[in-house]
Amino acid sequence: MKFAVRRAAVVLLFALLLLPRVSAQVTFDRLLHAADEAKNWITYNGNYSSNRFSQLRQITPENVKFLEQKWVFQGNVMGNWEATPLVDNGIMYLTQRPNDIIALDAKSGRAFWMYRYNTPADQKACCGSNNRGVAILGNRVFMGTLDAHLVAVDAATGRQLWDTTVADYKLGYSITHAPLVIKDKILVGVGGGELGIRGFVAAYDAASGKEVWRFYTIPGPGEPGHETWKDDDWKTGGGPVWITGSYDPTLNLTYWGVGNPGPDWNPEQRHGDNLYSDSVIALDPDTGKLRWHFQFTPNDSYDYDSVQIPVLADMNWNGTPVKLILWANRNGFFYALDRETGRFLVGRPFVKVNWASGLDEKGRPIQTPPKPGEVVYPGNQGGTNWYPPSFSPRTGLFYFSIWDNYGTAYRREEAKYQPGRYFVGGTFTVAGPAPNAPGMPTLSRGPINNWTEAVGTGAVVAVDPKTGERKWTFEMTDVTDSGILTTASDLLFTGGREGYFQAVDARTGKLLWKSSLGGQIVAGPMTYEVDGKQYVATISGMNLVTFALRDDAPRTRTQ
Amino acid sequence: MSRSTRALTLVFVGVLTAGVVRAGAQAGQVHEGQYAQSDIIKGQSTYRGQCATCHGVFGNGVGGVDLRRGVFKTVRSDEDLKHIVSTGVGNGMPAFKFDPAEMNGIVAFIRAGFDLGGIAVKLGDPQRGRQLFAGKGSCANCHRVNGEGGKGGPDLSDVGSARTLGTIQGMIVDPATYLLPINRSVRAVTRDGKVITGRRMNEDSYWVQLIDDNEKLVSLEKAQLKEYKVLTSPKMPAFKDKLNTEEVADLVAYLASLKG
Repeated sequence: MKFAVRRAAVVLLFALLLLPRVSAQVTFDRLLHAADEAKNWITYNGNYSSNRFSQLRQITPENVKFLEQKWVFQGNVMGNWEATPLVDNGIMYLTQRPNDIIALDAKSGRAFWMYRYNTPADQKACCGSNNRGVAILGNRVFMGTLDAHLVAVDAATGRQLWDTTVADYKLGYSITHAPLVIKDKILVGVGGGELGIRGFVAAYDAASGKEVWRFYTIPGPGEPGHETWKDDDWKTGGGPVWITGSYDPTLNLTYWGVGNPGPDWNPEQRHGDNLYSDSVIALDPDTGKLRWHFQFTPNDSYDYDSVQIPVLADMNWNGTPVKLILWANRNGFFYALDRETGRFLVGRPFVKVNWASGLDEKGRPIQTPPKPGEVVYPGNQGGTNWYPPSFSPRTGLFYFSIWDNYGTAYRREEAKYQPGRYFVGGTFTVAGPAPNAPGMPTLSRGPINNWTEAVGTGAVVAVDPKTGERKWTFEMTDVTDSGILTTASDLLFTGGREGYFQAVDARTGKLLWKSSLGGQIVAGPMTYEVDGKQYVATISGMNLVTFALRDDAPRTRTQ
Repeated sequence: MSRSTRALTLVFVGVLTAGVVRAGAQAGQVHEGQYAQSDIIKGQSTYRGQCATCHGVFGNGVGGVDLRRGVFKTVRSDEDLKHIVSTGVGNGMPAFKFDPAEMNGIVAFIRAGFDLGGIAVKLGDPQRGRQLFAGKGSCANCHRVNGEGGKGGPDLSDVGSARTLGTIQGMIVDPATYLLPINRSVRAVTRDGKVITGRRMNEDSYWVQLIDDNEKLVSLEKAQLKEYKVLTSPKMPAFKDKLNTEEVADLVAYLASLKG
């Protein structure tokens, strides 16, 4: 018996050696070179630079009109899903809100397995039971949960491997963004900026789920930056982190956007600059130590979270190569920073802005506080928000979704901190066209747009990062919360509240193709290739829809 | 065995219903040495006469104990059960002098969930069962428990919650009858002659999703296949003749303790 087992083991070993080598696992090395692996999409933002630019070019401006729907995955949880799926070698990993993971065949849309994570009924997330996606390393899939846990799941079976508590959801903490894998660590931040939390980014060991380091976005006593807070205000200072960061392996720095200070709308309750709220922070991913920071909106009164995706780009700047970080901020200004040092290079408003008259030479806003009741531009949801932008190294343009001519009037109130309850410090109303007219572009709406252009319009804009100058505008009637994808064939894909999935010429902003998917598109479109065919995918409402060229479509090459 | 696993084994909930009885597995003895239906019937009569005064007609008359649902304070194996019946418990339950047939009947009736048509599953020692799982039974080659073992067969980390005792026993001794249809192996041959065998995870009219024998996820379009067959004889061997009654009872006890 024993001999037979041993013989079988030897036979099995030989059989394994003879099998063709399959690139089954997502290694850190593959993540480092994700941008070169065009057929896969293995991080939330496509690669560590987070430019959401794909090298795929089978679909071109010439043949894009031959796109046809290939399959739809209909979710069974209501809402406007915000996830970007991952695809590795034909397997798609999608999250269904709040915290289910589904492994799908990326060619047919049929499921292999589904992992369900039950969140407690009393958890609070300010803005819906959202989840924006997963991370993958080795044969493990990682997801943050609405009740602030981090889980690891077997990529082949969907079985849970570990479950770590990141923070106490009863105090308002949550995780809604896709984790970021760096080396052997899984990085996540916490949401809860409306609930008086103290935000942080933390790293967990991929194998065990044990916490390795934690960086508080609100510095405590004795830490640099603590002097920007008065008394005990820092304890409920907010600074949530709810959008995935980026990573520069050559500098070994990871960049994360930090959200609003708490309470949101009453700066009287937290005198000082309130670091590192509304900032970008550059951390050493091995230790969590802060290398540099840049604050966009000191002592914020308007909920101008800086939770945009840090987009890394390398460009020539007046003849010298510079490592840039590009940032279209919720506060209405576009910024280009040197990502080695955090030095401010360029800043310019991209929508109507009246809360500041401009930026000084260091990039600090010259604030012009409104009189009570005066309308502030951009409004509470911002000139842009967390919606994933894109940068095309081919066009050299930076693309993002905007809300233009949209303003809000605020009323400040004293907020009293009670654990686990909202801590916002006032209310706001949107500048409306007439008394009692609908005018509140918050997070979602029904099928009828009764808000009209009077409360703001949406657009995708293309901006030259060197000057902040707008090159073109793709206008929409309704505002847009969609992410953006660009490809090496100079196509730009985007959605919007109106439910159209649209392909636009990335050089000119001209509409080339559209399909009406019916549900609000509040997610980042992505692209991948299986068996020689390029697919583009987006979530619309609660459904994931994929497109590819018809078999009889002309195959053109764009150089 | 970890402390927590041991604790879990103290409270196993084995609801055995007539639904467990499936085609090909007649009520009663499914494995030589197991309890027969006649034992269960005899047990009912003994139980009603000797035990029901305190434990009640439904087996839940004593706090913390639900005999019908397999909830006990200290009992794990059938041997424990027999021991407690014959020695009693301190100031509470008296000691009973039953002959072997009566004793067998009591255990069979309890293990069948008070269901005369049920299957009375014999539970052995979960620690020995765990050793069998990794060792002699070679179960871990295909099955995974709490992150260890193969992925070719279904993960069994929570099989004790997901399946009844009768089904667990049936799967071990007679997988051809008890294997869930989704877990049957399939064999596909592509047009270029490549043979793929594996376990189905999902299937529709046009596509099938598998985990293949190399533990890789594979999606196949049926129209592109030369051959596609669901294998009726399971890949899993029947352990009826490979393990003896005691060993099966030990293995069932171990699997019943896996609650996820």
